[in-house]
Amino acid sequence: MATQHSRSAARFMMAPAVILLLGWMLIPLTMTLIFSFKKYLPLRGGDLGWVGFDNYVRFVSSSAFWPSVQTTLIIVGGVLLITIIFGVLLSILLDQPMWGQGIVRILVIAPFFVMPTVSALVWKNMFMDPVNGLFAHLWKAFGAQPIEWLSDLSLFSIILIVSWQWLPFATLILLTAIQSLDSEQLEAAEMDGAPPLSRFAFIILPHLSRAITIVVLIQTIFLLAIFAEIFVTTSGAFGTRTLTYLIYQRVLESQNVGLGSAGGVYAIILANIVAIFLMRIVGKNLDT
Amino acid sequence: MSLKNALCAVTALTLITTTGAFAETITIATVNNGDMIRMQGLTEDFTKKTGHDVEWVTLEENVLRQRVTQDIAAKGGQFDVLTIGMYETPIWAGNEWLVSLDDLPASYDADDILPAMRAGLSHDGSLYAAPFYGESSMIMYRTDLMEKAGLTMPDAPTWSDVEAAAKGMTDKDNEIYGICLRGKAGWGENMAFITTVANSFGARWFDENWKPQLDTPEWKEAVSFYNNLLTTYGPPGASTNGFNENLALFQQGKCGMWIDATVAASFVTNPDDSTVADKVGFALAPNKEGVDKRSNWLWAWALAIPAGTQKEAAAKQFIEWATSKDYIELVASKEGWANVPPGARTSLYQNPEYQKVPFAAMTLESINAANPDSPTVKPVPYVGIQYVAIPEWAGIGTAAGQEFSAMVAGQQTVDEALAKAQANTAEEMEAAGY
Amino acid sequence: MARSVTTRRKTINTLAAWAIGLLIFFPILWTILTSFKTEAQAINDPPLFFFFDWTLENYAVVQERSNYMRYLWNSVIIAGGSTVLGLIIAVPAAWSMAFVPSKRTKDILMWMLSTKMLPAVGVLYPIYLVFIELGLLDTRVGLTIVLMLINLPIIVWMLYTYFKEIPGEILEAARMDGATLKEEILYILTPMAIPGIASTLLLNIILAWNEAFWTLNLTAAKAAPLTAFIASYSSPEGLFYAKLSAASTMAIAPILILGWFSQKQLVRGLTFGAVK
Repeated sequence: MATQHSRSAARFMMAPAVILLLGWMLIPLTMTLIFSFKKYLPLRGGDLGWVGFDNYVRFVSSSAFWPSVQTTLIIVGGVLLITIIFGVLLSILLDQPMWGQGIVRILVIAPFFVMPTVSALVWKNMFMDPVNGLFAHLWKAFGAQPIEWLSDLSLFSIILIVSWQWLPFATLILLTAIQSLDSEQLEAAEMDGAPPLSRFAFIILPHLSRAITIVVLIQTIFLLAIFAEIFVTTSGAFGTRTLTYLIYQRVLESQNVGLGSAGGVYAIILANIVAIFLMRIVGKNLDT
Repeated sequence: MSLKNALCAVTALTLITTTGAFAETITIATVNNGDMIRMQGLTEDFTKKTGHDVEWVTLEENVLRQRVTQDIAAKGGQFDVLTIGMYETPIWAGNEWLVSLDDLPASYDADDILPAMRAGLSHDGSLYAAPFYGESSMIMYRTDLMEKAGLTMPDAPTWSDVEAAAKGMTDKDNEIYGICLRGKAGWGENMAFITTVANSFGARWFDENWKPQLDTPEWKEAVSFYNNLLTTYGPPGASTNGFNENLALFQQGKCGMWIDATVAASFVTNPDDSTVADKVGFALAPNKEGVDKRSNWLWAWALAIPAGTQKEAAAKQFIEWATSKDYIELVASKEGWANVPPGARTSLYQNPEYQKVPFAAMTLESINAANPDSPTVKPVPYVGIQYVAIPEWAGIGTAAGQEFSAMVAGQQTVDEALAKAQANTAEEMEAAGY
Repeated sequence: MARSVTTRRKTINTLAAWAIGLLIFFPILWTILTSFKTEAQAINDPPLFFFFDWTLENYAVVQERSNYMRYLWNSVIIAGGSTVLGLIIAVPAAWSMAFVPSKRTKDILMWMLSTKMLPAVGVLYPIYLVFIELGLLDTRVGLTIVLMLINLPIIVWMLYTYFKEIPGEILEAARMDGATLKEEILYILTPMAIPGIASTLLLNIILAWNEAFWTLNLTAAKAAPLTAFIASYSSPEGLFYAKLSAASTMAIAPILILGWFSQKQLVRGLTFGAVK
C-alpha cells in the first residue's frame, strides 16, 4: 500500500510535467481569450480596443463556419475509417506465416516516417497531377480521361494522403495486439470448425477493441490538427477548408487576430467535445 | 617574435582590412523563384565587395508571404531584408514598418528605376522597396501552332482574337491546349488574372463608397468569358494550375497560348528548359472591343528593410548591390542578357545588347501600358491593378479565388461563384469596419 | 498433406503481403527513383521505371543551393533534444502515476492529452509574442522546448502504459529482500523499463522530426530544420519534380533509416496499453 511518504514523492515527481503543461496550456489560452474579445488587426495598427462578443458572433455567422466543421469531421472520420479497416486486415495478414515478414513490415511502416509536407508534395505533384502525375499516365494507358484529383475529388484525395500516412501507425498497434492473442484459442476454434469469418467476428475483433479505441484516440488528436496536407495540396479550395484552416485564413491571410482567436476558442471547444466523447470510451476500456 | 606569431599577425591584419570592421551577417527572406535563386548563387560577389555575410531563407511564395507578414506584424525582427511585392509595400510603409530608401547614394541612380515601378513601391513620395525585378502581363503564343492554324496574332489583340486563336490551336488528341490560364486559388494566383480580365471588361472591385461590385453585369460578362475560355480550350486540371504549373505546361509544348507575367518570357525562350524555345511570339495583353483598359497588370518583387533591424546599414548595402546596374551586368556576364532580372531599370531597356533579346520590347511596352493609379474604366477608391491595396485584400482575394477555382472545376456556376464571392467580400469589408 | 496446405497458404500470404507492402511503399520508392532522373525524364510519358540514365545532378543542385548539413543538424538537435528533455520530465511523472496511482491519475492523464488539442494556428500569435519577449525566435532552444511540450503528453502516456505492465510482485519481492528505493529503481525497474523507454524515444524522435508547423513558423535561418528546407523546393518556377524528389529524399532518408534499423524496438513498446 502506498504510504503518505510515497504519495508526496509521487506528487513531487509529477510536478514538473504538470506545471510545464499547465503553463503551455494557460499562457496561450489566456492570450487567445483576451485577443478574441478585441478588435485586433495588426495591419491596421494592432489592438483597436474591446468589442465584446463581436468576433464570436461574426465567426459563427460567417458562411464558411459550418461547412468547415463538417469538412473537419468528414476528414477525421474518413481517415479513421480507412486506417482502421485496412489496419485490421493488414495486421491479420502480417500475422500469418510468410517469407520475408520483416521486410514487408519495413515496407508497410515506411510512410509513417515521411514528413507531412513531403508526402503532400509528392502525392500532389507526382501522383495526382492531371497532366504529369503517375495516375494520369495510368488512366491514359487504359484510354480513360485522367481524373482531376485535387479539384474533383478533393476531400477524397486528402483523406487518401492522410490515411497513407497513418495506416502504418494503426497497423503496428493492431499487429501487436493480434500477436498477443492466445493462438491456442484460435486453433481450438478452427478445430471446432468455426468458419474464418466467425473466428474473426467472435475472437479477433473483440480482442482488438481495446487497441482500436487507442488508435482512434491518438489519431483523432493528430487528425484534428492536420494543416500541412491541406496547405500544400488545395489551400482550402474545393471544399477542403477545415476549421483549423479557416482559423489560419482569418489569422494569417486576413490578419484579423481577434476573429481568428475567437475561431481558435471554438476549435478548442470542438476538440474538447470530441475528447470527452472519446475519453468516455477509452476510459471505460482502459479500466477493464 | 617568432615566425608563427608574425604570420598570425599578418593574417589578422588581412582579415581586418578585407572584411572591414563592421562585417555583419544579414538574414534575407526571399521567394524560390528562378531569379532569386540566381541571386543566392551570386552572394559571394556581395560578400567580397562589402565583407557582409548573408543567411538565406528561401521559401515557396505562399509560405514566404505568411512568414514575413507574421514576423513584421508581430515585430519579430527575424529578417534584415524582406522580399515583398507591390501590394505589401505601400501598406507596410504606411504602418511605418519599413525603412525609407530615399538615401541611397547617387551612384545607385534611383531615377533610373522605371517610373511605374517606382510609383508602385513608394508611399507619400518616398521609396520603400527597391525593385529586384518587375513585370506586367502579356500573351505568349506558339508561332508554329498559329501558322498551322492559319492565323496571325496582332500585336495588340482583343479578347475575340484570343478566343479565335485558342480555338484554332487546340488539338486535345495531341495534348495541345489552345490556352493556359491561371486557375489555382489565391489572391496572387487566379485573382491576379481574373481581376485584370474584369478591368478589361470595364468592371471594378469596389465603387467609390467601398461597396463590392461583383454583382454587376460587367463582372458576370468577364468571369463568364474567362470560365468559358479556360474550360473549353484549357488543359485538364486548370483549376489547380498557377504560374508554375502553366510554365511547366508551356515549356513542354502543351499550351498554344499563355497570358501571364512578362518574366516568364525568359523561361519559355530558354532552350535548356523549354522544348519550344524558338517558337514563341509575344503580344500585348488583350482588351475587350470598345473598352480602353487593357488587361495588363503591374507587379514587382522588391527588397525592403523592416524598421527596427539592427543591421540597417548592411541591409541597405545589400539592396544597393542586388538592385544595381552592376548586378544586372554581373548576371549578364555569367548567364547571358536574356536571364537578367527584367522590368526594374530604364537603362536596361536602352542597352543595345538587351534590345536584341526577343521579348525586351514587348515587356517594356506592357509595363508602360499599366497604370495602377487608374486601373479601371469607372473610378475606384483604391490603387492596384490586379489587386486592391488594402490590408483585407489578401483574405478577400483568396476567398474569392477559391470560389472561381471551384467554378473552373465545374463545381458551381458563374452566378453561384460571383454571389458567394460578393457575400464574402461584403462580410470581410464589414468586419474591417468600412 | 498438412504440410503442403500450409506451404500453399504461406505462398499466398507471402504474395498478398508483398504486393500490399510494395503498394504502400511505392510512393517513397517512386520519389527516390525520380530523384535520380533529369527533369525531363521525371515527367516522361510513359513513366520511366528503372531504365533511364541515372544521375546525381539533382543532389548536387540541392546541395549547392542549400546548406543541407545545417538543416540536418538542426533537425537532429531539435528532435533529439526535445525527446531527451521530454523523457527526463516524463519518466518520473509516468513512474509515479503507474506505481503510486491515485484517484485522479487517470484524470490527469486525460487532461494532459487534451492539451494536445489546442489548435496550433489559433495560438500561433500568442506564442510568437511570447517568443519575441523571451528572445527565443529562431533558436534551437526555443524550438526544442516547444516540441518537447507538444509531445510530452504522448510521452507520459506511452511510458505510463508501459510501466503499468511491470508486475508489482517483483517490486514487493525486492523490497522483502531489503532493497532500497535506489536499488529497486536501478537494478530492477530500469532494466524492465528500457524497452518501453526506447520505443517512446523512437516514436517521439519521429514525431518531432516531422513536425511542420512550429518548426516552420518559429525559425528563420539559424535554427531551421529539414521541414523548412523542403519549403524552399515546393513548386518553384519551371520543372521541379526531380529536384523536389531529391530534396524530399534527403529530408526523409535519415529518419527512414533510423526507423528501419530500430523498428523492432519501436514496435515492442508501441502498444499504448492496447495489449493486456
